[in-house]
Amino acid sequence: MSDTDCDAVIVGSGPAGATAADVLTEAGWSVIVLEKGPNHLLDLEPPFALNGQLSNDEIKHARRHFLGPDPLVEPRTFRHSVDEGDRIHVGGVNNMPTGVGGAGFHADAKLPRFREVDFCVASELGPIEGGDLVDWPFGYDELEPYYATAERLIGVAGEAGANPFASWRADPYPMPPGADMYGAILTGTAATELGYHPYRAPTGVNSVEYDGRPACNNCGFCANYGCPIDAKGDPVAPLRRALRTGRCEIRPESYVSDIVLDASGKRTRGVRYLDATGDIVELSAGHVILACGAFETPRLLLRTGVGNSSDLVGRYLMYHFQTFVIGSFDHSLHAHRGRAVTHLHDDHMIPDAESLAFAKEHGLPYFRSGITEHGGGGSPVMEGVYLPPGAVHTQGMLESTMRDRLWAFTIQGEDLPQATNRVDLDPQVRDWHGFPAGRVTYSPHRHELVASSYYAPKLTEIMQRAGARFTFTATSPPLPGSRGMAIQPAPNSKHVIGTCRMGTDARTSVVDPWQRFHDVENLLCTDSSVFPTSTGYGPTLTIVALALRASRALAGLAPLRSVRP
Amino acid sequence: MSDAGGRSTRAYLSNDDARILAAAVDRLIPPSGPHPGAAALGTVDYIDGLLGAFLVDPPRVFAGGPFSGRHGGTASFAEFLPLRPTEELAWRIRIEGSQGRPEREFNGPVVGWQEQYRAGIAALGDDFDAVDPTEQDRRLAAVPEFRALLYGHANEGCYGAPEYGGNRDGRGWAAIGFPGDSQPRGYTDEEVSGRE
Repeated sequence: MSDTDCDAVIVGSGPAGATAADVLTEAGWSVIVLEKGPNHLLDLEPPFALNGQLSNDEIKHARRHFLGPDPLVEPRTFRHSVDEGDRIHVGGVNNMPTGVGGAGFHADAKLPRFREVDFCVASELGPIEGGDLVDWPFGYDELEPYYATAERLIGVAGEAGANPFASWRADPYPMPPGADMYGAILTGTAATELGYHPYRAPTGVNSVEYDGRPACNNCGFCANYGCPIDAKGDPVAPLRRALRTGRCEIRPESYVSDIVLDASGKRTRGVRYLDATGDIVELSAGHVILACGAFETPRLLLRTGVGNSSDLVGRYLMYHFQTFVIGSFDHSLHAHRGRAVTHLHDDHMIPDAESLAFAKEHGLPYFRSGITEHGGGGSPVMEGVYLPPGAVHTQGMLESTMRDRLWAFTIQGEDLPQATNRVDLDPQVRDWHGFPAGRVTYSPHRHELVASSYYAPKLTEIMQRAGARFTFTATSPPLPGSRGMAIQPAPNSKHVIGTCRMGTDARTSVVDPWQRFHDVENLLCTDSSVFPTSTGYGPTLTIVALALRASRALAGLAPLRSVRP
Repeated sequence: MSDAGGRSTRAYLSNDDARILAAAVDRLIPPSGPHPGAAALGTVDYIDGLLGAFLVDPPRVFAGGPFSGRHGGTASFAEFLPLRPTEELAWRIRIEGSQGRPEREFNGPVVGWQEQYRAGIAALGDDFDAVDPTEQDRRLAAVPEFRALLYGHANEGCYGAPEYGGNRDGRGWAAIGFPGDSQPRGYTDEEVSGRE
């Protein structure tokens, strides 16, 4: 044991931090995980059971910021461009849970892998003007065994071979898929009839008992809710494994204020943080690992002035450009039962002759969109506030065209990296500690808008064939000039990506291919900040795969290998 | 809040406040067919519980878990969770306002919901429940921000978990055919995949 408080301080307890804690403690390291939010997830004493606070409660989870961050005490700000002045919005911007477990349990846990081409779009498909596409410093083949390990450690239910566009995999999924939602059977059948290729979504939710946790019982409170019965693996499973080694300590409500550098400025000695009562605590460590997510990681770095000799920290912020096609049916689809989304199709991220012609008409060499989620939900307060007040409200709630009879496609469209899209520090707005709020400056590239306008009518056709009585389309961020722009200008996407680009050249990237900061050799980042491109897939499984790879390398473990069948 | 008999045991709102709010929420979410409307569902009690959240300890902000007891398991929603320091700060600012306290004014003064309700109720007028619906609509439209706040709370009071004081006896859910929370029973695979 060295003379430090621990071998590694990990800042953030979501999938990125939990994975690092899991790997490093298994390798014998001592780690302290600092989490700025509270602990609504699990007991920090053996056997580390759920602490019973998660529940099927729409008010708590969807209306009262139970999983945080509460925008009153942790506001974020937004503007489309510098032309709009300091900001046009203060409040929530892409808020994902803050607290033990991080954003991992916010979602319905769709955990797809990226495909081979996603790591080399720039060289395979070519540049797009105004989008700073670059290849990743490694490819799918190198990452495949880490994907497989991530699926096993989290517990992913899926069906190998079901998606014809999927890249190769060495092993089957650890669990079969869970129950298909009725609405997804309708839209999946319609999509197949129209020549698309829907498949059962890889999902980090147990379909059978796995790793000592029960099978999902389809309670229906999945997206935006933590699991009250422990059927979601991410990030409970890696946190629990790390805690069981006895070498991991999680400190909730610990807000890192400083990354402490040594005299050379090229090494970190640890961090200072504010504890729940506001007292300053200093913690020394051999390594510091940032896992705060692609919003909070650059905010912390910019606030402390660390790691930014390239002036790229916070830049190349990416989301997924979401295109929603909503269908309302004549009969109940009872989407309040099941895992929120059970099917995906990848067809809309594969350029073909027709999409290439459309792209050229609009001045683009090509475009790629993203996975299409087949899903629905059952939140009556959300439905109620969406309807206008008065008699139309009551009638609408009784008919439930916007909930019980509703089905939705969501495309998670690839968002091109642009240096002007960024997280920086708001000049005036503060959080409750008095630190500058993070500010997003973001406008989509024309690529995203053109792709959305091309694919939305195709999804409408599928939705109508499935039996929808009427359909409508929306996007997030809203299209310029649309009604939504006045209501919610900031993107809703929970897929926050980029901001500490990974690469080999310290002038054009922030971290190296092992996710170590070019500027500070014992400082790492294991979250989605490091992604050079956004692809059209949810980022979480790739976050975990990258964190496994980087953490294993840090601990001196041999790289994982797999054999292509 | 209601006792077991459904009678009001309000802690924050006066009887006059409650009378005016009951008329207002019923204008926003009126009764129709099987839907009892917001007032009969206990929305005013819901708002009373929210504005008076800090009159009890733990405050009535986050209901407990993991189960309500309606579908098996031990009922625990009614045991509200203690607030962590950040949560208490946020909810005191939201409900009570910043009140000139420096620790609540890191981004300047905040007018809390209690004050917004006081002003909103005054703007609706003491005779709000006696005037005709057209006049009620006119008065509500004259205070759009308060109307939006009240509408959000009215929805929560109709369709949120009954432990928060509204959705009396689950009748809001029953009216719209929503079963509410489902743990620990959940749904069978057949209930998920089948047409019915």
